[in-house]
Amino acid sequence: MVERTYMRVRPDMPPGHVRTPAYLRGKTGWVERRLGPFPNPEELAYGHKGNRLPVMRVRFTMAEVWGAGAETPDDTIDAEIYAHWLEETDPPHAS
Amino acid sequence: MTQNPDPFDGKRWHDMGGDAAGPVPTDQHDFSLWEKRVDALMVICSSKGHFTVDGLRRVLEDMGPEAFETMNYYERWIASVNQNLIEAGVYTTAELAQRMTEVAARGPTYGEASGG
Amino acid sequence: MPHDHHDHLSPSGHPYRPDDDHPLTYWQQMEIAIREILIEKGVTTAAEINAQIDAMDARSPANGAAVVARAWTDPAFRDDLLADGSAASAAMGFDIGPMKLIAVENTPDVHNIIVCTLCSCYPRNLLGLPPDWYKSRAYRSRTVREPRKVLAEFGVTLPDSTQVRVHDSTADMRYIVIPTRPAGTDGWSAGDLAGLVTRDSMIGTGLARSPADHA
Repeated sequence: MVERTYMRVRPDMPPGHVRTPAYLRGKTGWVERRLGPFPNPEELAYGHKGNRLPVMRVRFTMAEVWGAGAETPDDTIDAEIYAHWLEETDPPHAS
Repeated sequence: MTQNPDPFDGKRWHDMGGDAAGPVPTDQHDFSLWEKRVDALMVICSSKGHFTVDGLRRVLEDMGPEAFETMNYYERWIASVNQNLIEAGVYTTAELAQRMTEVAARGPTYGEASGG
Repeated sequence: MPHDHHDHLSPSGHPYRPDDDHPLTYWQQMEIAIREILIEKGVTTAAEINAQIDAMDARSPANGAAVVARAWTDPAFRDDLLADGSAASAAMGFDIGPMKLIAVENTPDVHNIIVCTLCSCYPRNLLGLPPDWYKSRAYRSRTVREPRKVLAEFGVTLPDSTQVRVHDSTADMRYIVIPTRPAGTDGWSAGDLAGLVTRDSMIGTGLARSPADHA
């Protein structure tokens, strides 16, 4: 089995146009695939030329995102997250 | 809307993943000509570099939840397309203002006002 | 939706939107004005706008159904589609535009479902404009938290042994689900199989029709 690279989504709550959903902030998942680079939408939205950033498809378990109330803990959510929102981290203890 | 008595925590209204909500609605409508025109203007102006899809989204987000509940999809889109085109300097508010008044003077229906 | 008029139905059985015969709204007035100004300034032309509308009208779930049916019948194409959805679709004549298409495949063990929680990103260049429910607060809010309840509302009940994979279209990717090929279709042509592929099955809120339903 391929070693998973785990990423934690930064928990920041800035104002303005951001493409990192709030429900994933502070959550840890693993890299499903790497994409990009794509221009940063946080800059494009305000008429600036976006810095090109790697984007990762990160996979989260429902248990990680919703905790004990998860509908089915082992179901997953994938989302595309721009690199400046991600920090490499250790696997969560639960898995 | 989620019932949240706490002070604003930074999660914006459009960022709705995980919010409680009712059943998924099953109503469906066909798009009218004016809606298709709004869609076309967005695609054409963004593909020509006058604004970006993120610029479109940014204005839709800043319009707030009330607009989401009270205006339909393409009403919100034309409002955002307009805001982006004015910001980009494609035309001025005065030009738009005068043209809108001319348009309304042509007749009471969309067909008459758009000249067919 | 305060502007719906349910008193007349179009040939497809859906209500018409207020249009030529209805009182001009403020936002329609704005659309006409913007369109005329853009044409006068040479940003676009009436012909270009009409061509764009025609191009959008020509896109429909039938395009996606053709892609799926080919993936079911042509293993090399299936591999290409999973490796690069945009390129594989373009090779069939479906130009996906600037966004990247990712195809995700259902199996007996995995069911994929697509949502955009932040707005309403949709593979419009392949499937046409999204259905209204896809843009609704309820679908956008609930699909990432309780996908199985949402699926049940669409009439899809999955066994516990099938893992649900939700895909939130948050950036530059667009998604299409390759539904599971229905049983009892051995030897079917791609053209016949395409008739079993529904729009909802490519979003993940439905399954492909079975031959029995189709008959």
